[in-house]
Amino acid sequence: MKTTETPAPVPAQPGPRVAKVDAPHGPSPKAKKEGTALNVFSHGILVIWAIMVVLPLLWAVMTSFKDDASIFNSPWSLPDRLHFDNWSRAWTQANMSDYFLNTILVVGGSLIGTLVLGSMAAYVLARFDFPGNRFIYYLFIGGMSFPIMLALVPLFYVVNNMGLLNTIHGLILVYIAYSLPFTVFFLTAFFRTLPSSVAEAAFVDGASHSRTFFQIMLPMAKPGLISVGIFNFLGQWNQYMLPTVLNTDPDKRVLTQGLVQLAVSQGYKGDWSGLFAGLVMAMLPVLAAYIVFQRQVVQGLTAGALK
Amino acid sequence: MQHGKYRFIVGFLALPLGLYALFVVWPFIQSIYYSFTDWTGLSPEFKMVGLDNYRRMLDDEIFWKSLQHSLIFAVVLPLVTISLALFFAFMINVGGRRRRGGPVISGVRGSSFYKIVYFFPQVLSIAIVALLFAFAYNPDSGAINSILRGIGLDSIQPLWLGDPDLALWAVMAVLVWSTVGFFVVLFSAGMASIPADLYEAALLDGANRSTTFFRITLPLLWDTVQSGWVYMGILALGAESFAVVQIMTTGPGGPDYSTTVMVLYVYQKAFRDGQAAYATTIGVALLVVTLAFAALVMRLGRRERLEF
Repeated sequence: MKTTETPAPVPAQPGPRVAKVDAPHGPSPKAKKEGTALNVFSHGILVIWAIMVVLPLLWAVMTSFKDDASIFNSPWSLPDRLHFDNWSRAWTQANMSDYFLNTILVVGGSLIGTLVLGSMAAYVLARFDFPGNRFIYYLFIGGMSFPIMLALVPLFYVVNNMGLLNTIHGLILVYIAYSLPFTVFFLTAFFRTLPSSVAEAAFVDGASHSRTFFQIMLPMAKPGLISVGIFNFLGQWNQYMLPTVLNTDPDKRVLTQGLVQLAVSQGYKGDWSGLFAGLVMAMLPVLAAYIVFQRQVVQGLTAGALK
Repeated sequence: MQHGKYRFIVGFLALPLGLYALFVVWPFIQSIYYSFTDWTGLSPEFKMVGLDNYRRMLDDEIFWKSLQHSLIFAVVLPLVTISLALFFAFMINVGGRRRRGGPVISGVRGSSFYKIVYFFPQVLSIAIVALLFAFAYNPDSGAINSILRGIGLDSIQPLWLGDPDLALWAVMAVLVWSTVGFFVVLFSAGMASIPADLYEAALLDGANRSTTFFRITLPLLWDTVQSGWVYMGILALGAESFAVVQIMTTGPGGPDYSTTVMVLYVYQKAFRDGQAAYATTIGVALLVVTLAFAALVMRLGRRERLEF
């Protein structure tokens, strides 16, 4: 992992058209010149975009330590002192602690459920021939390209009639259901790549189908489960649309919802510094986890698109 | 492996399939049915009204605005995001200085650093990103206008989200900001797997970088670009555009409906205005647009698959 690597300091402006030729060796002066000019140019562009990505995030972190007056009067000034009280106010008074807890409960339950149910369905679809196999597979896959909002209108009433509206377990079930299409798609492809000989050997030795699955196939599928697990974790942690529609009880709000609600209610309360502290509080754990597990996260998120 | 096979299959499929059918498939079917009724969502009673909702939709000015904005999202966002990402990925992988004894084509130094940083927004919730930029766009105390003042552009102080002509583009810029990194990483992985001797051959033949890009990199990356295009378009029509428009713009939907998109309009009709049936009608239109978009991209993008 190269998290400590920093870029060579390069000027942020696009370099001069014709760069200096520093030494007369190399294939040909012209190619060399082109290479150097391109190098300066590409570094310039890349640095500018890196700044554009990082600057808003740094601005948020800085703002979370300022008082309200200086947030409004001088958005880019450094905080006069570190106002840690913003953070404690956000954590306790603005209910960030509750939002975190709700999110952890919902995502924890959903993630486990998604992985268990998703791998069960994917295993059967990948490894067994039976009438309707293709149909069920495409039924799952179809869920990836349909606009979810269309289903949410009736779903609200389905969930309500079952008494699951505004409950944590109701939200978990919905999260699982909407995570299944990609999970099944990804894991079906993954189970197909695993060798069948091991499972057959276990079966010959008298293991039942389900025992073969849980004790042989699941451990073998671990890399795939990690990738799809990271994908689902981020998707569910960051989920905004589903809870906005199905989770209207203020006490059950998840992090994204809570923050948006906080921003809306700031109109009259005016605790902007607390809100920024809340925003940063929600951002940092995910960013930190990403930096630590960078390779796995990138693999997990891009795996589906590369298939 | 026949012993107890069907019992096992049923046992393993029942729960996931049942959950999926109940919470995903059944609501989809229901909503298509509801689009032909006058269901309000508030009471359980409704009656069939045939195509009334669809007729109403065709006369609904706001629907046409939302359709127009959604189409702009679906066309402009993938175009800008994927072009930028291809450009950055090419710079990262091919824009490096040639080191003595090294390969003809090399990546810039610190390429992994760029990939890590560019990916940051991808792990953040779009809701948090939208909130952050809603503040940054604030005309008086926001970060962006403050920068403009700082570099002496006092005369240019746009209202951003408050300006009906600008709001939509300001919202789209946020989605570009948050998704470019994902595609940079995706395309970088694809570019890294293109054999270097292809580039070497091209450079020996006197091709410059842009020829190399259009004649070698892009054709070999085409499959990835195409599926990225569909993926981005579906996001731009669905969940992502809902979050940014709902969170960032006033109303929500912007001044004078200047940013309203179909997915937001469905939500508002169903859960704010108590017109669930009409909401599902717009939802069906959104479904048609989404499927047509995906089919069109797959159709236009079809070309011979290149093996390497």
